[in-house]
Parts: sequence; structure tokens; C-alpha cells
Amino acid sequence: MLSISNLQVSIEDKQILKGLDLQVNAGEVHAIMGPNGSGKSTLASVLAGRQEYEVTAGEVIFNEKNLLDMSPEDRAREGVFLAFQYPIEIPGVSNINFLKTALAEIRAYKGLPPLSAKEFLQLVKEKQQLVDFDAKLTNRSLNEGFSGGEKKRNEIFQLAMLEPTLAILDETDSGLDIDALRIVANGVNQLRSSGNAFVMITHYQRLLEYIVPDFVHVLYNGKIVRSGTKELALELEEKGYDWLKESIDTQNAI
Amino acid sequence: MSSEKQLLEELTTEEYKYGFSTNIEMDIAPKGLNEDTIRFISAKKNEPEWLLEWRLKAYRYFITMPIPTWQNFKHPDVDFQDMSYYAAPKEKPKYNSLDEVDPELLDTFKKLGIPLDEQKVLSGVVAVDAVFDSVSVKTTFQKKLKEQGIIFSSFGEAVQNHPELVKKYLGTVVPSTDNIYAALNAAVFSDGSFVYIPKGVRCPMELSTYFRINAENTGQFERTLIIADDRAYVSYLEGCTAPMRDENQMHAAVVELIAMEDAEIKYSTVQNWYPGDKDGNGGIYNFVTKRGICKGDRSKISWTQVETGSAITWKYPGVVLKGDNSVGEFYSVALTRNHQVADTGTKMMHIGKNTRSRIISKGISAGVSHNSYRGLVKISKGADGARNYTQCDSMLIGDKCGAHTFPYIESKNESAMLEHEATTSKIGEDQVFYLNQRGIDSEQAVGLIVNGYAKEVLNQLPMEFAVEAQKLLAISLEGSVG
Repeated sequence: MLSISNLQVSIEDKQILKGLDLQVNAGEVHAIMGPNGSGKSTLASVLAGRQEYEVTAGEVIFNEKNLLDMSPEDRAREGVFLAFQYPIEIPGVSNINFLKTALAEIRAYKGLPPLSAKEFLQLVKEKQQLVDFDAKLTNRSLNEGFSGGEKKRNEIFQLAMLEPTLAILDETDSGLDIDALRIVANGVNQLRSSGNAFVMITHYQRLLEYIVPDFVHVLYNGKIVRSGTKELALELEEKGYDWLKESIDTQNAI
Repeated sequence: MSSEKQLLEELTTEEYKYGFSTNIEMDIAPKGLNEDTIRFISAKKNEPEWLLEWRLKAYRYFITMPIPTWQNFKHPDVDFQDMSYYAAPKEKPKYNSLDEVDPELLDTFKKLGIPLDEQKVLSGVVAVDAVFDSVSVKTTFQKKLKEQGIIFSSFGEAVQNHPELVKKYLGTVVPSTDNIYAALNAAVFSDGSFVYIPKGVRCPMELSTYFRINAENTGQFERTLIIADDRAYVSYLEGCTAPMRDENQMHAAVVELIAMEDAEIKYSTVQNWYPGDKDGNGGIYNFVTKRGICKGDRSKISWTQVETGSAITWKYPGVVLKGDNSVGEFYSVALTRNHQVADTGTKMMHIGKNTRSRIISKGISAGVSHNSYRGLVKISKGADGARNYTQCDSMLIGDKCGAHTFPYIESKNESAMLEHEATTSKIGEDQVFYLNQRGIDSEQAVGLIVNGYAKEVLNQLPMEFAVEAQKLLAISLEGSVG
């Protein structure tokens, strides 16, 4: 589904990603871990199409199309969803109106007519239940005055509504207390299917106790330096990143 | 980034949708302004002597007045002798039935989406008075309204049919000496709308006037007078467009509202005069004086305006809160782009006891435009318990535009309570990107964000108008983010 090869990315002449490779197939859940400043959020931003990053080499193929050639909105319509680390507030725009517009755009892209008001509301109700999202928040302005946890949960609700094929969760666990984390994880687990894939960016192993990944990758200094299964995450938790940094830096020195 | 810039280029050069002109034989007064011009207009309109005298007095005052200098823009050089003050379609000035109206004229209003054909108006929710250049073309639903004693007609007709009402109220809210453009209007006004709602009557439909400037080198000076007698209610809408012309055209209107005891007047404007091209050539100078008086106790006047057109918009719809417990409201969205200028706001003058006013102003500036909020809240000595709430927000799009706020507060009563809030924000690239990431393109994203920002004001508009206004805001801003 997603194939990233030799991806090199700079921002303001500073190279952040230095030749990143990653393969993600339908039905898989990948976790990307790594210390601060390793390039995790840059990866998420580049995949979503943020303009300020410059791709200097490499390619990203998503469902046989060149993702990097597409506008951010077309990537979304093709099925790429980014759950933001810091969801944005948009005053006066109701959550529900926003979702209706987004869904209609995505459907139009696929040649489908917009849902009728009845169908749409039915879907909203169903998805609210699925990810345990407070109906009151649906009618409020988009993220305005939401708590940190409510914003993150809204991202998962949007994810449920828009049904993307590839969901990138950028530190969705950060700032969540244990109850909220459980709800968010539960939501994600409900949405997992053989047709979609998840890339979870996280600092902590904690999230992976709730959403068990098929693969764990360690990103360090702009590259994936180690890949493994969920046991790798446990090892990291135990030994910390320094253990890995040292072994990588030693290798590089040799 | 570059693609967004391209989009911006494409869309800001997009043509003004209502820019066509109508080819019709016109009766146009020769250019120039003097006492003869005024006599000419008055005679054309078959006016009584007192009205001619009133006009002449205003004119004599007008010529003594200097052009103001306090506004937050450079007053354009206006040659008052270089325009015509009267233009009317050559056909009969008043039509008895639609069949008598010049088809070219009907077609014009059809193109603008203004229904003049009563049968075709959706279940009669809106009655329309259509003003084309200097004259009222057609007022719909007059008969139906008359059954309830409501008078809704062109100003000219009202002068003929109800001179006592016109004489009693004309100039009582906006005196002809109020300001230079009010004086000019009083001297040369050609037509406009007149509304009288009798005691205890709730007007069953929205009343609407549609103003269209067509003729070249002509100013439009209409005058609207609305009187809601005790316990009456009326909701009134005003819309306006003009053809694209290279030279600037003057629109200096006066609107007077009078609300008696327990009466309520709701006045909504969607102003979309031609704003000029992207380099700032042409466009309408919209210099308007609008004021209402809450004369009776517990009366209420509410102004709502959505201003997206005109090269320069300069107006402060205000309310004189004379009756005890009366309420004044002002809701405004002013959007400027390219080289447009808006200097607008309101005046709330608290005289009666326990009077309340509420001001919500939302400015949006894009391109190299300048958008100013200017407001005065005045609490007189006797206005015990007066309260005002003011909120003025500015939104900037791009980094070449300006937003300015000039709030004035004068309070002579210690029991008054005044609140003022102001914010300035920029449409964030983050906001647009967030919406992009959900499949919404930048144009639509800006439309959503701006409409969300202006929601409090748009909510005040009658349904049909609110939808139009939303579209207008979105269209006017197309591609402004770059």
C-alpha cells in the first residue's frame, strides 16, 4: 500500500530525513519510535503534504500512485489521513458541518454523490458509538475550547468518519491520561481491518500495550535504524534509546 | 506555495459577476450641480413646494461644507460638477403592470435574481421595491400589504400619496445638515423606498429594496424612510449591485428608521456594489448615512450589514436610544480585498434609561486593502443603567493588508456599564492545512473559516439572505490565501 524509498527531506536547508525506507501493507499496523528530533513528525508531515518541507530525494508510492506529486487535499481524498499531534481549532465552524464537507469532497473525488442528511446523521451516530465520542462535541465548533484529550479523541472520530486506507497517528497518545488512552486505543482497534493500515508515531511503549503493532521501527537521525516486532518496543522501554544510539554511533564510527 | 499563488492570481482577476450594463434609453439630467439641477429633479418628480425648499436649503448648506479629513483613508478627488444627478429609463416613470415595464429592464432584474413577478415569488415571503438608477421600477405586493394598512412604495410615490407622513418624518433622524453627503443626498435624492407599518401590525413578509446603478457618470442618491408605529414589526432587506465601469461612481444614500413604542425594525444590508478591478480602478464610492431612532419606550432597532463591495465603504449605521428600555444592535461583516477600503462601524447614542446596545463587528481584510472599525458609544447624563457590549474582531489574510480599530466611548453617567472586546487574527496556514488534510481544498477551506468567523453576524440575517451572504463571502475571498 505504502512504499517509501530513500526519502530525504530538508527544512530550511537542514536535512531531517536522510534516506528513509518503509513498506506498509494493507492490514498492518506499524509503530515508529525514536528519540526527540529523530524526524518522526517530519515523516508524518511530509506524507500529509506540508509545504514547508522540501523533498530532496527518494519517492513515496501510495496505492501505485506517486504521493509526493499530489496536493494535500488529493492525498486525503486518496485515503491518507493524518491524526495531528496538535489538532487545530477553527472557531465558528461546527464539527459536523466540517465533517459533512470533508466527506462530501472525498466521496466526490471517488465519483460518489454526497450522503443524504439522514444517511449522514446515521453514520455520525454509528461512528460516535464505535469510538466512544461525546455527541455534544459533534455539534460544537471544530476543536474550539476542547481539552487536549477531547481534541485527540476528535481526531479518532474523524478517522472513523472518513475511513481512510492509511492512517498516520502522530503522537496521538501524548497528553492523554490512561482512561483517554484506552478509549483512543479502543477506537483504533475497532477501525483496524484487512483493508487499511496504520502508522503510529510514538515516544512510548505504553500505547503499544493497547494497540499491538505488527512491526516496530526505530527512527534515529533521519533513518530507520532497526525494525522488529513488538518485542523491540519492550527492549527499548527497558534499555532506553541511549543503548541504541551508542550502538549506531559506534557502527558509524567504524 | 507557488500553486496557491497562481490560484490567487487567477481568482482575484475573476470578473465581478454583476458587472454587465443594460442598454436602455435613458432620461439623464445634464452633468453638473446647482440650484437648477435641484429644481429639475423636483419638477421631474412633481414635488410639492415645501420639499423643493427643503432640498434647496440642504444644497445651500452643502456648498458651505468642507470635505472631511478625519476618516482613515484619503478622500478621493470628487468633482461634484462632473456627474449627473438624475437618470431614469425613458419609458413611463411608473408602471401599472409588469407588461408595461421595458423588457430590457425586466431582463436586468432577472439576471440579478430579483423577482419582480409576484406569481413567481416563493409563497410571497419577500416584497420587492426595485430601484434602477434614479427611479423605482416596480414595487411588488403593494396590494396585499395595503390590506393591513402597510405602506410600502417608492419614495416618489409616498411624496404624492402620503405627503403628511413624509413631511412629518423626513430629515428627523438624519438632518440635512448632518454631514456633507447627507446634505448632498437631501438636495438631490431621486428615489428610494418608503415604509409605514401601522400600530400593532406585524409585517407579514420581508420587505426588500434592490438598488441597481446602471447609467454612466451618474450618482445614485436614494433615500429610505421606515416608520414602525407602536407595537409594529418589520424586517427590511437591502441589496445592491452596479456594472463594471472604469471611472468611480458615487452612491450617497440616506436611511432613516423610526421605531415608536414597543416597535421593532430589523434592517439588513448585503452590499455588493462593484468594488473596482484588481488594480483599484473604478468601483463605487459608498458614502452612506444610516441612522435609526428608538423613539418609544421598549423599542428596538437592529442593523445587520454584510459589506463586500464598493471601492470605498464609509458608513456608520447608528441608533439613537431615546425611549426608556430601548435596544440598539449593530452586526457587521466587512470584507475588503485588492485595493478596497472600508471605514465602517456604528454610533450608539444612549439617552433613555436602561437602554442597551450591542455591537458585533467582524472585519476581514485581504490583498492590499484597509479595513477600519470606527464606533462611538455615547451615554448621556440621564441614561441611568445604560449598557453596551462591543466586540470587534479583525481577520487578516496575507501580509499586505491592514486592520484598524477606532472605538470611542463617551460616558456621562456613572451607572452605565460598558464592555469592549477586540481581537485580531490571521487565517493560519495551519488551519487551511488541517482542512486540506481532510480532503477540503484551500478555497473551500478559506470559505469555511471565514464563514465560521462571521457566523455571529450571518446568523442575524433572514434565511434567504444568509445563504446568499455566505456564498458571497466565500466567492469574494476565493484564492485570497497565498
